[in-house]
Amino acid sequence: MTKHFLGDTAVLLGRSLRHISRSPDTIITTAIMPIAFMLLFVYVFGGAIQTGSDSYVNYLLPGILVITIASGISYTAFRLFLDMQGGIFERFQSMPIARSSVLWAHVLTSLVANLTSLVVVVLVALLMGFRTGAGLLGWLAVAGILVLFTLALTWIAVVPGLTAKSVDGASAFSYPLIFLPFISSAFVPTETMPGPVRAFAEHQPVTSIVNALRDLFTQQPVDSDIWTALAWCGGILVVAYVFADITYRRRIS
Amino acid sequence: MLTGMSIPPPTDQVAHPAIHVHGLEKSFKNLKVLRGVDIDVARGSIFALLGSNGAGKTTVVKILSTLLRADTGTARVNGFDVATQAADVRESISLTGQFAAVDEILSGRENLVLVARLRHLRNPGTIADDLLRRFSLTDAASRRVATYSGGMRRRLDIAMSLIGNPPVVFLDEPTTGLDPEARIEVWQAVKELAEGGTTVLLTTQYLDEAEQLADRIAILHEGRIIVNGTLHELRQLLPPAEVEYVEKQPTLEDVFLTLVGARTDKEQR
Repeated sequence: MTKHFLGDTAVLLGRSLRHISRSPDTIITTAIMPIAFMLLFVYVFGGAIQTGSDSYVNYLLPGILVITIASGISYTAFRLFLDMQGGIFERFQSMPIARSSVLWAHVLTSLVANLTSLVVVVLVALLMGFRTGAGLLGWLAVAGILVLFTLALTWIAVVPGLTAKSVDGASAFSYPLIFLPFISSAFVPTETMPGPVRAFAEHQPVTSIVNALRDLFTQQPVDSDIWTALAWCGGILVVAYVFADITYRRRIS
Repeated sequence: MLTGMSIPPPTDQVAHPAIHVHGLEKSFKNLKVLRGVDIDVARGSIFALLGSNGAGKTTVVKILSTLLRADTGTARVNGFDVATQAADVRESISLTGQFAAVDEILSGRENLVLVARLRHLRNPGTIADDLLRRFSLTDAASRRVATYSGGMRRRLDIAMSLIGNPPVVFLDEPTTGLDPEARIEVWQAVKELAEGGTTVLLTTQYLDEAEQLADRIAILHEGRIIVNGTLHELRQLLPPAEVEYVEKQPTLEDVFLTLVGARTDKEQR
């Protein structure tokens, strides 16, 4: 069975990518909210926010990229939920295919869709005056962190996708994830926050990820933030994968 | 009581049945759905599992197609145990569930190619085109399945189940929700399947469907098979027919089919 894993995953990935190409609105919708936030914060609130950075859009983009991923992964839960609802999931399960390939196809589709949305958001940011001196290595490091973060959040999204009772339930889990960047260093420096809020903000994953991305974009030497960020992403990825795997096994046995 | 009226099947059927089920039990929490089901289905035959809603028909099909585990009892499909040789069972079967298991966003042809690829067959395109022709879907091949009628969807669903020629096919309520013409189309497809040597186990709550299609009929009631036999044998369970004079009225179905039968819709084969 496992000898077909790669081939089966590729076939099923082709299927979900075709879904996306036939409803590109999912990619647009994913990109629209972060772009709206970016416009709002740069052109409305940004003038009053002191970040110590000469350009607010430069300061803001890392957090916007995190929000883009947080809103994009809910489509994984949505697509998985639709497969479970229709009979097609049971058809796949009763066929001689590698069983885990059904989930991996959805996860890889999420990666492709989210990376596309991220590219759209970065292009808009460039139009709004975002500039970076980061070289190829810097961009690769940024892409690496974003890929890891997308995979981690996507595996979280698999769990509600498999267990939800309704479409709304399948995507509701992502709201707190979208909200998390607001209590982090994504929009304003954490130094201005009152004690307990600041303590939370500085010790939650988004801050370390945003700081690491910001250092890479501004070509600062990346300090411990990048290792904290990688540890968070890796840790979430492993825990979410294990949970998703247990949930999946429960669903198919 | 009906329980004692099971008719023993002919001996050659027991020798190498395509499906062998013995003492199957399954509970969901405190609800006992199956209380000891025994079935043997001969190769190349059509076997109808008849029962009311909630009788446990779908549970039997799900256990046989490795989607559910039984609590106790044995089930073998094409000679393989569903619990310990699930992968071999999946190679031998195909399942058409109660709700058409088709991908609405893909076209009909893409659905067929998808399944052919997942069954690791060569020339998935040729296989798809053959089946489209066989099920009169060539004209609609490149249309999204979301635009198909109920009958076309079911035909595509069954066509997808035939890819790779699995020796055993499960059809769970294949005509529920279909209009009379679509039902007849599905019946035709099922008959052709069995003529080709495929073993078909179908569940239904329509008595006339079992009467039309099945070589053997079993009635599942309150988690047990209460009778199992050919239509002829089942009829003999009741007292011999009395002769009465009845004015034979056409059924509404006769009327409907006569009135719409002459239509020239291109969907018709």
